[in-house]
Amino acid sequence: MERNLASRRWSRLAHLGRLAGLTLAMLFICLPGAWIVISAMRPTVEIMAKPPVWIPHELSFQAFISMFGVVGQGGVPVFAYFRNSLIISLTSTVVAIAIGMSGGYAFARFRFRGKAALFLGLMLTRTVPGIALSLPLFIIYARLGILDTHFALILTYVALNVPFTIWLIDGFFRQVPKDLAEAAQIDGCTRWQAFWRVEFPLAGPGIASSGIFAFLTSWNEFALASQITRSVASKTLPVGLLDYTSEFTIDWRGMCALAVIMIAPALTLTFIIQKHLVSGLTFGAVKG
Amino acid sequence: MATVALRKLVKRYGSVEVVRGIDLEIADREFIALVGPSGCGKSTTLRMIAGLEEISAGDVLIGGEIVNDLPPRARNISMVFQSYALYPHMSVRENMGFSLVIAKRPKDEITRRVAEAAEILHLEALLDRRPSQLSGGQRQRVAMGRAIVRQPEVFLFDEPLSNLDAKLRNEMRTEIKKLHAKVTATVIYVTHDQVEAMTLADRIVIMRDGHIEQVGTPDDVFHRPATRFVAGFIGSPPMNLVEARIDQGQIVFGNGDLLPIPPAFASVLATGQKIVFGLRPDDLYPTGHGLNSAHADAVHQREMRVNLTEPLGNETLVFFDFAGRDWVSRMLSPRPLLAGASIAVTFDLSHAHLFDATSGAALTRKGG
Repeated sequence: MERNLASRRWSRLAHLGRLAGLTLAMLFICLPGAWIVISAMRPTVEIMAKPPVWIPHELSFQAFISMFGVVGQGGVPVFAYFRNSLIISLTSTVVAIAIGMSGGYAFARFRFRGKAALFLGLMLTRTVPGIALSLPLFIIYARLGILDTHFALILTYVALNVPFTIWLIDGFFRQVPKDLAEAAQIDGCTRWQAFWRVEFPLAGPGIASSGIFAFLTSWNEFALASQITRSVASKTLPVGLLDYTSEFTIDWRGMCALAVIMIAPALTLTFIIQKHLVSGLTFGAVKG
Repeated sequence: MATVALRKLVKRYGSVEVVRGIDLEIADREFIALVGPSGCGKSTTLRMIAGLEEISAGDVLIGGEIVNDLPPRARNISMVFQSYALYPHMSVRENMGFSLVIAKRPKDEITRRVAEAAEILHLEALLDRRPSQLSGGQRQRVAMGRAIVRQPEVFLFDEPLSNLDAKLRNEMRTEIKKLHAKVTATVIYVTHDQVEAMTLADRIVIMRDGHIEQVGTPDDVFHRPATRFVAGFIGSPPMNLVEARIDQGQIVFGNGDLLPIPPAFASVLATGQKIVFGLRPDDLYPTGHGLNSAHADAVHQREMRVNLTEPLGNETLVFFDFAGRDWVSRMLSPRPLLAGASIAVTFDLSHAHLFDATSGAALTRKGG
């Protein structure tokens, strides 16, 4: 009895310890994000204070108000940047997912010559740092006359994301047993129907998650966008942050406010899709 | 109403030939079992009939029509997979009705046909569950239900019971037999389990290395195996098969042990001929513990030492050392035996099987 009691006490203690540890880790991870939100609402003096002021003395939405104000007087063309970001990220994600799905499915299901080499080649493109491409891209785009257009960024992000989406989606299709598509074909489906009605719904959560990755990559990318975009016509939100730097000063508060605007949709999207990322959906299809 | 025929059917993967030109005629409503060890090409053959595997050469005919280039959906078949292959994102009801939905049948017809199949397989209570909420046996039944609902002309089963435990396997075996009686369709059943093949099939096709060794009724393949391989494959425990040669009117084994030539073979054997001698465990028994032979002249007795016993309750498998290897015998109405004991053993040579040592083909008895 006593050993039972002691053991139970220990496991409860260990549980509390784990909770405390996790809380600390979470605070640590969330701190930068929280700091941005707080900084967006406090005066610059406090942001720059040393030692840091942990608890803000006063909070105001001034930065947000002036952001939407007149350009040049503390305002930035948020709507234009937001629209650019949205168009570029969504389009490049949709295209990358469409290509990723076709490619991933082909790699997962079909046997063809040079498959391994092709796959390796795709993966190798990921080893090239994006910034190394900025100059060649700049020159090529300048020659083509597509600098400072949505199209240029969409093209860049699709190229950046496709190897990644193919790799991810290939993995998800591999997890869907081949028998299922065959059973569907015997049940009367065409190859295409078998894909849409059986394989696609099962790989759906995986495809959604690679969609999130592709979207966030495009949404947050700064280095290439800062080279390829020039004006309000194509600048994205991350590039727009630079509007808060001037020759001698940086408006940290305004920058943080814009960063909050930038984070919000990405966060919302992740939350919405997260529900669909239920794992173990394929369980029960074949022998457990 | 569908016959199935295979004509010189070949499957190659690159230079490897896994099915080597097999010919087979399957009658309408016949239950045929393809058996053989792993890698013998039985599943590949089934998949070619289903249309899931391309045909390298030869023809598959269903209902007299060549279907080589038809997709699976156009062949009017159903298939039960070894893995069950249930759609995990659909309920049992949706799984079973899926083929009818695809065929755009009216809703009330789908409901009715799913209900009928569910009743046959006792699945009524499970219709709203997902496959992940079912046990192995239940999933198996749903897979069969999905096949029935389609009302196909040919049912294909690909080792449907091999994922179940022994007890459930026996139950489902009975269910499949009952099902075939109810649902009149041609059945092609692939298994590596010879008991399933023997109990279920009208005819058994025994395959090995991509070709057919023998096609026959369960009685045929058991009592009249055409080759040494079939003799060793069908029957549990397997037939005792030992190489020997004929010398001076006797069968001489490698270690010098002798047996008389079974009378039925006396006139077909020549001195010096190399053979494989086969005797089922049922035809070799401790004297007084077997079925009496119909041919008193073909019974041979000798003293042998018991190596090991495996009591099974109603019978005991007794292992003897003879001709340089273990021979297994079946002892009916057993009495306790100790390993090492020396007892009288009866060889019923009227049931002996002799095979050519090189070709493996069965040697014919005089008078059939």
